Amino acid sequence: MAIEIEQPSVGLSKVAVSETHGEDSPYFAGWKAYDENPYDELTNPSGVIQMGLAENQVSFDLLEAFLETHSEASSWGKGASGFRENALFQDYHGLLSFRKAMASFMEQIRGGSAKFDPERVVLTAGATAANELLTFILADPGDALLVPTPYYPGFDRDLRWRTGVKIVPIHCDSSNNFQITPQALEAAYSEAEAMNIKVRGVLITNPSNPLGATIQRSVLEEIFDFVTRKNIHLVSDEIYSGSVFSSSEFISIAEILEARQYKNSERVHIVYSLSKDLGLPGFRVGTIYSYNDEVVTTARRMSSFTLISSQTQHLLASMLSNKEFTENYIKTNRERLRKRYNMIIEGLRSAGIECLKGNAGLFCWMNLSPLLEKPTREGELALWNSMLHEVKLNISPGSSCHSSEPGWFRVCFANMSEQTLEVALKRIHNFMKNRERDRNLKVI
Amino acid sequence: MRHLSTKATCNSHGQDSSYFLGWEEYEKNPYDEVQNPKGIIQMGLAENQLSFDLLESWLEKNPEPAGFKRDGKSIFRELALFQDYHGLPAFKKALVEFMAEIRGNRVSFDPNHMVLTAGATSANETLMFCLAEPGEAFLLPTPYYPGFDRDLKWRTGVEIVPIHCTSSNDFQITETALEAAYHEAQQRNLRVKGVLVTNPSNPLGTTLSRSELNLLISFITTKGIHLISDEIYSGTVFSSPGFVSVMEVLKDRNCDETEVWDRVHIVNSLSKDLGLPGFRVGAIYSNDDMVVAAATKMSSFGLMSSQTQYLLSALLSDKKFTKNYISENQKRLKKRQNMLVMGLKKAGISCLKSNAGLFCWVNMRHLLRSDTFEAEMELWKKIVYDVRLNISPGSSCHCTEPGWFRVCFANMTEETLDLAIQRLKDFVVEHTANGHSKSNNSSKNSKRKLLPKWVLRLSSRDRDHEPDER
Repeated sequence: MAIEIEQPSVGLSKVAVSETHGEDSPYFAGWKAYDENPYDELTNPSGVIQMGLAENQVSFDLLEAFLETHSEASSWGKGASGFRENALFQDYHGLLSFRKAMASFMEQIRGGSAKFDPERVVLTAGATAANELLTFILADPGDALLVPTPYYPGFDRDLRWRTGVKIVPIHCDSSNNFQITPQALEAAYSEAEAMNIKVRGVLITNPSNPLGATIQRSVLEEIFDFVTRKNIHLVSDEIYSGSVFSSSEFISIAEILEARQYKNSERVHIVYSLSKDLGLPGFRVGTIYSYNDEVVTTARRMSSFTLISSQTQHLLASMLSNKEFTENYIKTNRERLRKRYNMIIEGLRSAGIECLKGNAGLFCWMNLSPLLEKPTREGELALWNSMLHEVKLNISPGSSCHSSEPGWFRVCFANMSEQTLEVALKRIHNFMKNRERDRNLKVI
Repeated sequence: MRHLSTKATCNSHGQDSSYFLGWEEYEKNPYDEVQNPKGIIQMGLAENQLSFDLLESWLEKNPEPAGFKRDGKSIFRELALFQDYHGLPAFKKALVEFMAEIRGNRVSFDPNHMVLTAGATSANETLMFCLAEPGEAFLLPTPYYPGFDRDLKWRTGVEIVPIHCTSSNDFQITETALEAAYHEAQQRNLRVKGVLVTNPSNPLGTTLSRSELNLLISFITTKGIHLISDEIYSGTVFSSPGFVSVMEVLKDRNCDETEVWDRVHIVNSLSKDLGLPGFRVGAIYSNDDMVVAAATKMSSFGLMSSQTQYLLSALLSDKKFTKNYISENQKRLKKRQNMLVMGLKKAGISCLKSNAGLFCWVNMRHLLRSDTFEAEMELWKKIVYDVRLNISPGSSCHCTEPGWFRVCFANMTEETLDLAIQRLKDFVVEHTANGHSKSNNSSKNSKRKLLPKWVLRLSSRDRDHEPDER
């Protein structure tokens, strides 16, 4: 656009001009720095390494191998009706074969510890859409959802932007490994009450982003008892459920409910997606699994605004209904992620950096608080800046995740090759060594 | 309780309307040439099924894109990871060029001003979120697509105020009607943020004339409001006067770079032109950078699958294919429309003269018992139950005149259309013979037993139906 717009743009909505989309946060500035100077092994070896992107790139070969040997998944066969039927299919119930495959996949991930009914699976274009949709359904503008900190920065947009719903944090800290406590739940609820805000539910991410850890069974029981007592909803975003390094360590809320014979379960809704476990964020595959019939019906209708391409549903129905493929995938993906996790933990440890003990996800929660000049948000951002511009690593500062303790950073490890991860670890090593040396020099 | 939000429990999703009842009846008793020849023929679904063979043959000749390959190499990983809400550049480029081609290249579009969404349903809602506050209003000419009640109002809280159009001038938009609608909004204390038109029109099947477009532009200029032009049917224009996009008229008026230029936005989709509603391909085109910026971020809630973007970028970049497709598709639509129009004519039924769309706007006013919507409903039920055709009553499209029906012609085979026309012809003959007087009950008794069920169904809320068809 060559010509400046002289007058202010006419009449956009408050939502459109607000900043609740959150995209002006430093979190996104890191992105920018990366985009301007991206690391490349050959062409730009001193560029910024992207460690702020929670992508799973470790198991694509398994997907590609499946596609090579199952061409019917990405084509429509020779028959006349295949393509036509698929191209015309816009039913918001979603392809039955895909819903069945999804339900079965979710069961497999949980090692069969819970059953999922395909009739309760509602499809959305990604978990981003699923979370927003649930918020529209469960809360009115001005109401609040309680969310444990630290949490995924995207929630500020996904849960609040167009819905007008607020987030009230449930404060967690390192004193108990950032676990959610009944006291913290009550405190958050009271905080909302004090502000005259109606709490409609609690939203947890399990396994947690950015902690990279699963929520323990006892904590889940406490959370469920809490929401039952307060008569509010519970949304469990289990988008990383397939990224748990050891199958036995993930307890889904579904398991808790099944153990209680589904008593009081109509307040529980699970969000899932294939973006992390299968590494397919571009395909926009999300789902809401609700134990509440009215929510299922309403969510289904609302999903009209965010349907999954039928072409993609067809592809994934084929892939996920192949038990041989899914069993092998889940197992292998888990192992590879565990290996990566161990690599980064070791690498950081040998550089003198500790992380929260994690058991899931595509990232670790790194503790750099000893390095802070000042134990404040500013101190953290200063350190983050050094990381970005000196060490040339884009990592996510805890403040962008609303962490109440400064100095923690989320570091992704699954969105790059092993070689790149080694380069990143080496840079951190050197950075720490230089700091140590500088410190010693100062002392002298 | 842990009850749900107001949005969840209100009726703005629109699915309790009688419109969806016809759907239900169809689902229970769907026509099938072989298995259920006496079933209900679906004529309420604006789908384009006439040109799939062209798409299928292209797919056969070009297997790479569907197989995630480009020049023999797999780009699966690249696509799987691609979730940039700016969209696949190759696809946006191909899409804007396709849009321009449909408009005879009389206007061109900048891919940087286009925002991709999961279908036009998503595009329309997103524009509402961007342009209006809850409680504000958009003016829409009647009759309009029933889905707008949900798409524009449900989660946004925006109101629709109708611009009444009548058959007196073939349902064209007049200045009087525009002013009256604006005035009505003011009476209702609703701030008007813009006008939304569908061009070509659903359900009329007609393109907006240049004078209507000029009128609209003048109107929004004076009032300082927005204009959204939903051009989802632009590729279905099959005869003169031809399609004129609002962008063309703006250009002709030298409006580019003026204030009003920034307030005109287009919605597009491939669901009708290419017959791919399942693939969820929608787009917002705006000259206003802020709208583009806001809508782009909002599209996070309804992104197009990268798998589909890639396939369609290959399809639409094939200019030989698009040129042939556009003209062949139009030819076939014209033939079908003509078939329906002629067939109805023989039954003594006229249609609004149309040059676009996948349906005709059919005039059955002469078959009404009285000039009322009750009579329209009665006639509609007869047509669904006795004639066994699911067509859309004008009232569901907010038409102010009873007796009009939208009848689709592109979602079935020629044989099925023939049969539908025959059934209607037989019905008209019988109907006319019996006279459409209130006193004649004899042959209707058996049908009366069904009336209580209808009443029950109309008030029940457990219907859970597919509203996505246009």
